[in-house]
Amino acid sequence: MSHHIIEFNNVHFTYPDGTDALKGLDFRITHGESVGIVGANGAGKSTLISHMNGYLLPAKGTITIGDLQLNKSTINHARKTVGVVFQNPDDQLFMPTVFDDVAFGPLNLGMTRERVIERVNEALTTVGCLNLKDKPPHHLSMGQKRAVTIAAVIAMQPDILVMDEPAASLDPKSRRQLINLLKEFRHTKIIASHDLDLIRDVCTRCLVISDGEVTADGRTDEILLNEPLLEENNLELPLSLQHK
Amino acid sequence: MHMADALLSPAVGTTFWAGSMGIIVYCAKKLKENIDERMIPLMGVLGAFIFAAQMINFTIPATGSSGHIGGGMILAALLGPYAAFIVIASVLTIQSLFFADGGILALGCNIWNMGVYPCFIAYPLIYRTMVKTGSGSRRILIASILSVIAGLQLGAFSVVLQTMLSGRSELPFSTFVYMMLPIHLAIGLVEGFITASVINFVKSMRPEIIESISLSRSLSQGVSIKKVFTGFLIMAALTGGVMSWFASSHPDGLEWSIEKIYGKPELPEQEHGIAPALKQVQDKTAFLPGYNFKQSDEASTKLKGGESWPAIGAGTSVSGIIGSIMVLGIILLLGAGIKILKTRRA
Amino acid sequence: MPNFDKEYFNIGYLDTLSYRQTFIHRINPGIKLVVTLVFILIVVSFSKYEIHRLMPYFAFPVFLISAGEIPTGVILKKIFIVSPFVLFAGMFNPMLDTTIVYTISGVPVSGGWVSYVSIIIKFILTISSALLLIATTSFPGICSALEKLRVPKVFVMQLLFIYRYLFVLAEEAMRIVRARNMRAFGKHGRDIKTFINIIGTFLIRSIERSERIYHAICSRGFDGRIRLLRDIKFKFTDIIFALLSVSVFIILRMYDIAELIGDAVLKF
Repeated sequence: MSHHIIEFNNVHFTYPDGTDALKGLDFRITHGESVGIVGANGAGKSTLISHMNGYLLPAKGTITIGDLQLNKSTINHARKTVGVVFQNPDDQLFMPTVFDDVAFGPLNLGMTRERVIERVNEALTTVGCLNLKDKPPHHLSMGQKRAVTIAAVIAMQPDILVMDEPAASLDPKSRRQLINLLKEFRHTKIIASHDLDLIRDVCTRCLVISDGEVTADGRTDEILLNEPLLEENNLELPLSLQHK
Repeated sequence: MHMADALLSPAVGTTFWAGSMGIIVYCAKKLKENIDERMIPLMGVLGAFIFAAQMINFTIPATGSSGHIGGGMILAALLGPYAAFIVIASVLTIQSLFFADGGILALGCNIWNMGVYPCFIAYPLIYRTMVKTGSGSRRILIASILSVIAGLQLGAFSVVLQTMLSGRSELPFSTFVYMMLPIHLAIGLVEGFITASVINFVKSMRPEIIESISLSRSLSQGVSIKKVFTGFLIMAALTGGVMSWFASSHPDGLEWSIEKIYGKPELPEQEHGIAPALKQVQDKTAFLPGYNFKQSDEASTKLKGGESWPAIGAGTSVSGIIGSIMVLGIILLLGAGIKILKTRRA
Repeated sequence: MPNFDKEYFNIGYLDTLSYRQTFIHRINPGIKLVVTLVFILIVVSFSKYEIHRLMPYFAFPVFLISAGEIPTGVILKKIFIVSPFVLFAGMFNPMLDTTIVYTISGVPVSGGWVSYVSIIIKFILTISSALLLIATTSFPGICSALEKLRVPKVFVMQLLFIYRYLFVLAEEAMRIVRARNMRAFGKHGRDIKTFINIIGTFLIRSIERSERIYHAICSRGFDGRIRLLRDIKFKFTDIIFALLSVSVFIILRMYDIAELIGDAVLKF
């Protein structure tokens, strides 16, 4: 199925203040892959994610999502295909109750009320939060908030799931639950994180980004064992691989 | 300064409710016509910002006491009058519920006093005419101080008027004005200074933020002064109309305060004015029959008879007091009963 | 506890109460809103000398407190903290209106005192009913009721947005204030200059947050409109509650119950 593809071709992007965030990014992710994106702070991970559903459009180069090249007229298609879970759940959960928030996306897709309710219940059941339906987000724990943001995205049934630091500020148990949940998903997954153990657990492929470019691309096992490469990119061996 | 339910008469309260609601509807229409999508989350977050920022205290220079900001003019300067008004109104609504600041009936007055004057008078007439895109920080300072003071003075004066028109407080008009206006002049100076400093701070730290916001603000954000004044005329007519209608049937409210101001229980022209005519209409249409007005009419005849208080025999007042105590006792007993039942069941 | 924290937890507490599940909490939010409004209007409609006629109206807040399982202390505390303005504005009544209206066992009571007390009673009644409305009704519920009552959508969305981010930003402000207080010794750090820096930084952070929110809602297909899916049904109990309470309010407005009871007792 070709519509699960994301392809970046020589993508450049410069912020209005003159920062060159992306300098010729090239990669291709195909159906069913789970890809980790790692790199130092400021390497361009967030900018990259902002491009995946057209919040930012490249200054130079092309992005293909599914069968369509990303531009102003295909933004809606991109947003339907790619679901993004952002780093801070408080930025993402903007509605007063969990139900309203998860229903927001499906309602925007123009579904009937019955289907919206069905989708919301399904998505909340998947992440194990159906009992939180009527709660306001500020009554949730960090782990619950994270789970609800994921539900809010999968309720739109995207083909590709993109996540920015999904395990940030989670306690160990919630982190483990999240990892198990992610492993169950059959979507194409793209996860940007500093949590190399999580990447090792969930992703089979790994991209290393540095200074707006891809500096390494390969199997997670190989890349996360390559100490000199990691060192060079302000990273270190995953804890689970470090010898005492 | 929050107006409170307890100081309001139903007429004043509902009139200002209607007025404020009308302006909310008007602003909503304006915003619907031309709004950048970005403004929606921005307005919401700035509302929450004002709410949270009001919880941070600072020491007021030269007094040693602590105060907090109001923030209305910061909103107007950042968002423009229509969006700012909606945000101020919603912040006040939430405060009236969660903090019980003023109360629900007084909310209309509070939105009017703290929203209309800064957004639709001080901002367009003072701030906007003085501050243009390239204005320096000194100009912003002067404009902020002047517009905040103007907004607060009008608001404070409005509180006095609403209190007077409601006639629940005996505070003489002039004393009230002498107390409110100087206090709010001082508050206005500090608030204006802070407003300007915060705007200048954001401008110097992140100039692009101010620019991008002013781009998001839709093109026709200017307030037509003609419309402002028409609005006020309509409001004045409405207030006058409703007031005199209630005055004719409700001597305890308006006339008492009028007596205080004029030394006579009634305005001279009232016998020929709109009030009697309205009263006739009211008698015919029987608004809330048998509920309130008939009884007041009796009281009003007594009042005209020259007594300031309807004569009450000692007997009735004693029974009133005994009855009150008994009623309260019964209510509290019942309440306690429900509580006990509930805890037993739990 | 520092002031700020106290205020923050106060809103949080009322909000938490509003998610309880009692018979009162389950009543349709719109009905509760309208009944509360009617209550307030009727209470303030009494003239300033009619203290005893206000007394029966305590039944409403007391009923809500007991049936809604709301801790009495919380509401009482809030009432007493709120608004010195009312006490101030009424303070002059006893001085200025000295007409004697009652004589209770030889002690003359002036009209001013009576009207002052009636202002305070009205204050307690109206404020407690507003607080009890929010303590027994979730805020999102009130907002959907407002939407049903045709309040403009932009305004309702603002209320929802502010409610949602109020807690997030208040926590952020609390962290900033704590950080300041920990490094502030005595008056230093509480001055107006530091305050402006704090507020300015806080404002910039808030604006940046709104940009992130915008980004997040765009990626879920935001097109300038926020749609709400709400099912508001009227239950039988809602209608009973509305009819019963409103008719009691009106009956109490028409008949002077306290005096009737007093008369009966005196005759007895």
